[in-house]
Amino acid sequence: MAMPQTDSTIATIDSGKQDIAVSVRNVTKNYGPVEALKDLSLDFPRGQLTSLLGPSGCGKTTLLKIIAGLLDPTAGDIEVDGKAVDGPGPDRAFVFQDFALLPWASVIRNVSFGLELRGMAKSEREDIASKYIKDVGLAGFEKSYPHELSGGMRQRVGLARALSVDADVLLMDEPFSAVDEQTRRKFQEDLLALVANENKTFIFVTHSIEEAVYVSDQIAILLPRPSRVSDIIRPTGLREKDSHSIRRDPEYLDIVDEIWDSLRSYVE
Amino acid sequence: MAHRSLLLKFLSAFLVFGAWEIAGRIPVSYAFPTFVESMGALARMAFDGTLLQAYTETLKPLAIGIAISAVTGIAIGLWIGLSNWFDWLFSPIFIVMQAAPLAALIPLLVMMYGIGLTSKVFVVCIMAMPVIVLNTAGAVRNTPSSLTEMGRSFQASSLEVILKIVIPAASPVIFSGLRLGVSAGFIGAILSELKITPTGVGDIITYSRSIADYASMYAAIFSIIVLAVLFLNLLEKIEHFLFEGNTRGYASD
Amino acid sequence: MKVFGVRLPGMSSLLIWGLLWEIIGRTEVSFFLPPLSAVITTLFEIIGSAAFQKALYETAYAFSAGVFFAVAIGIPTGILMGKNRLLDELLLPWVNIFLSAPLTALVPVLMVLFGFGMKSIIITTTLFAIWIIILNARAGVMQINRSLLEMAHSFGASPWAAFSKVYFWAALPEILGGVRIGVIRAVKGVIIGQLLISIVGFGALFELYANNFLMEHFWAVLLVLFALAFTISEFLAYLERRVSYYAAKR
Repeated sequence: MAMPQTDSTIATIDSGKQDIAVSVRNVTKNYGPVEALKDLSLDFPRGQLTSLLGPSGCGKTTLLKIIAGLLDPTAGDIEVDGKAVDGPGPDRAFVFQDFALLPWASVIRNVSFGLELRGMAKSEREDIASKYIKDVGLAGFEKSYPHELSGGMRQRVGLARALSVDADVLLMDEPFSAVDEQTRRKFQEDLLALVANENKTFIFVTHSIEEAVYVSDQIAILLPRPSRVSDIIRPTGLREKDSHSIRRDPEYLDIVDEIWDSLRSYVE
Repeated sequence: MAHRSLLLKFLSAFLVFGAWEIAGRIPVSYAFPTFVESMGALARMAFDGTLLQAYTETLKPLAIGIAISAVTGIAIGLWIGLSNWFDWLFSPIFIVMQAAPLAALIPLLVMMYGIGLTSKVFVVCIMAMPVIVLNTAGAVRNTPSSLTEMGRSFQASSLEVILKIVIPAASPVIFSGLRLGVSAGFIGAILSELKITPTGVGDIITYSRSIADYASMYAAIFSIIVLAVLFLNLLEKIEHFLFEGNTRGYASD
Repeated sequence: MKVFGVRLPGMSSLLIWGLLWEIIGRTEVSFFLPPLSAVITTLFEIIGSAAFQKALYETAYAFSAGVFFAVAIGIPTGILMGKNRLLDELLLPWVNIFLSAPLTALVPVLMVLFGFGMKSIIITTTLFAIWIIILNARAGVMQINRSLLEMAHSFGASPWAAFSKVYFWAALPEILGGVRIGVIRAVKGVIIGQLLISIVGFGALFELYANNFLMEHFWAVLLVLFALAFTISEFLAYLERRVSYYAAKR
């Protein structure tokens, strides 16, 4: 292993000065005898985007689903705004890797589905949904069905649905992995704008090093079996750059290289 | 291209009916009427009302049996799909029923319920129910997990997850289970008319065979097969119309 | 299903149903349902009897002959349909029609054409089984990955080698799936044939026991028949699973 393993408590202290939106405390998750996560602690600063990056099988999606309340940790706690999590809540919204759109529902019903489950009246929720459909660039597709849309457009629907419930925390599980490379780049640029404009906390799972460095304020590197945080990287000068020049920035290139050096021994 | 396919369908039908006509003219058997004779008998029975009368009789146990099987079958299937306990308890019964030749129960049903409508409805039910139950249960169990997780992540209650996600997601497979159930129900309905008591179309078949009016017998058989196939095709069309795109739209396609 | 952390095997609930059957049978609520234990005792009595063995032999004979014809005709037909578009377009409508048609209606025709004997029952069995076998073999051939065919071609495989080393194996999971469903249908076909023609095999036996109100005998034969049908279908499902590992990879 190329990089010394950072103790999880140090990782906590490292970002401790900031306003913390979500904090993960000593979380362990076992599937029978298999330890998926072991005593993992991590903080997510408010209004920023934190990536969970690591090789496949490192438990990053498991961690995300525990934060979402979809999975229960075997031990440890999750706090969102200082309140302990025991299940899904209105303070968090999830964006799924395979979009998880209802194939029998139109775009507008899909986007307003979260509000529908909260019992909001139809006209009200559709007004809100229309606004977000417009925001993600899908105006005119309100009456379309998921199978009539491209993969990228479907994920925009998934994103609009997550935005429409106006949660403080957005949990994104490899949201761009099922779309093609060009759409993906566009998404990444849009995501930067979204982080800048909305005062939300983003937790973003990815297996792409370049993607993580490009979009993140903070990158948590997870190593597998059992999963723990091996390092936390905070790019300093990238956020001030405009989205087109980030990929040519020396800091960007250095961080990508550094992360690859630390991960390469874990890739089969 | 649609032109070619239609043309070939006609050609195909022409070849088969032509072969039937020729075989009837040779004749290959004293009991093998020509296609034209059979169609003549069909037209005669259609116009003098024999067919209409026969079908009201035949379709009665079929309709009742399918209705009972659909309601109870879907209910049981949903329950099996949603509860591990029910799955363990009831699945084996329907799996065995699906694999077993349930027609063997007919003599017993006749002893228990006589030769009337009840027995015939029962035959339709035991033929149609297993596939409806198993399809429903399988569809419920195979709800994409990301959809139910999505529901939960937006704080849907269990009831909401079932009503708004699981059942709509399962409905195409449930519907095709119903279609297969109807198909099996037709087999049961005709079997019961041939085996229990000759009524309806079964009566035409049995009676015309006994007086060696083979053209009418073939015509009746032809009509029931055409009716079943047309009805099942109609169901398939409805299925396509209702659930168009329902099975697509996931990330994997 | 787990109880106190112990996994219960899949079909174990049948024991509970058997127990329920025994209890209901003992209470004598219905003349038609004797206790399971009495049925099993009878089962051992009749299993060695000449009448039972004759019925079993006749049924097995009709069944194997019917399945043999369905497989021997169905698989090549299906493969040819998958490879030849004209043949496919000519035959496919008929295969689809007979797949969903109520084939019981055809049994009277078979009876007048082929007599009230074994021949009619074998044909009934074949008719029940063959259509799904054709359809699946066709689907199996049609879904073969194009690059696999191009690979065989580019390595210079002869037509026969391409067929026997690539086509057949690539289509095998679908073909076996079709045979499994076909065989389950054949079991139903052979019993329906025997019931309607009813002078041979289990059909005759059921008639005999039912008419003489020998309930234990009736249920015993039914039990044997269901067990056989279930065993056959599970065995074929097992075979199918053995090759499904590469079917899923496509």
